[in-house]
Amino acid sequence: MKALMVILLSAMLTDNFVLSKFMGICPFLGVSKKLDSASGMGIAVTFVMICATAVTYPIHHAVLVPNGLEYFDTVVFILVIALFVQLVETALKKTIPSLYKSLGVYLPLITTNCAVLGVTVLNIDNSYSFVQSIVNSFGAGLGFMLALVIFSGVRKKMEYADIPETFKGVPATLIAASIVSVSFMGFSGLFS
Amino acid sequence: MPENKTSLGREVTKGIIKENPTLVMLLGMCPTLAVTTQAMNGIGMGLATTFVLLGSNIVISALRKVIPDKVRIPAFIVIIASFVTLIGFLLEGFVPSLYESLGIYLTLITVNCIIFGRAEMFASKNGILASAADAIGMGIGFTLALFTMGSVREIIGSGSWMGISIPVIHDNPMLLFIMPAGGFFTLGMIIAIVNKLANKKPPQEIECGGCEGCPMADKCGGKEAAE
Repeated sequence: MKALMVILLSAMLTDNFVLSKFMGICPFLGVSKKLDSASGMGIAVTFVMICATAVTYPIHHAVLVPNGLEYFDTVVFILVIALFVQLVETALKKTIPSLYKSLGVYLPLITTNCAVLGVTVLNIDNSYSFVQSIVNSFGAGLGFMLALVIFSGVRKKMEYADIPETFKGVPATLIAASIVSVSFMGFSGLFS
Repeated sequence: MPENKTSLGREVTKGIIKENPTLVMLLGMCPTLAVTTQAMNGIGMGLATTFVLLGSNIVISALRKVIPDKVRIPAFIVIIASFVTLIGFLLEGFVPSLYESLGIYLTLITVNCIIFGRAEMFASKNGILASAADAIGMGIGFTLALFTMGSVREIIGSGSWMGISIPVIHDNPMLLFIMPAGGFFTLGMIIAIVNKLANKKPPQEIECGGCEGCPMADKCGGKEAAE
């Protein structure tokens, strides 16, 4: 149990996918303008991460490894992820149309969100067990959501700031992200 | 066919400056930030991505009439993922040190927005030669951006460049620059500089009377296309 907590918290805080592994930067910069779309995106990504892990892990160990086809990992995993994203998209469209609208173009982009493929591959690379993999994916998803939510607050403040013309838009956002990343460095060494 | 040649040249050059995938179109930020702790890694990542981009652009362009529109996204993804697997094997076999240092980010080329974006925006609509030219241009642009990022971060963060240590800085490097925070900061600064330079351009274009002797003549193409 303690080991699982360590995996969960380190995936969430010390090895935060966005701020220290640089995965999922596109949605991080794109969707973090408003709090509700940030949390919506976070939930969608967490859900896709857990589902994708739950499916890719058995596929890797039951189908690919016995047949010596580990090198097909990338191809198979990305297809599974694309499938799940389609599923989430359809489900959101029917159930919460307002959230579907505000996530807009970023929803299909979960497919190309490196964090999702990254977490499934990392689970295999780290030779986690099934439960550990699920916990790691959950932590990664929560960490992603945490980063997005915190950053949406920072960006709200930035809207009122007087930024030099050259730095308006992406440069200012990136520099703010750098400062948020420094604050996450404070977690390093928490579990060592 | 000189006309054809210039348009191919334009496909190549547009990716390097005007439509630089990383610095202007802001695609493929993840590898840009993640692997650029050293200039050499930047080049390696850039070249690996260029290889995948070239392969996938050629194949997708060749198959663009065969692939039905509805299943194009999964089809593109499979093609791209196959090329990523291929480059993974090649690097593991021939340049194991680079393979080690790129790590998981090599697999993640599959989901690099640049490759997918070019497949969707260019290769699925244009011929094989133009797509190959486009891929080369975008690849060079990406590699250059990564190399610049890597150089800045390596020089300031570890006091060396391409593995050669630089006397004064080497004693007191600013470690922050090779940490994640430094990556965000450096990229922000570089994009700000590019913005600054790009903002200066419009008045120059107004002053300029014609395309003769203009260093940007082969890159702009807007006037030629209009005529």
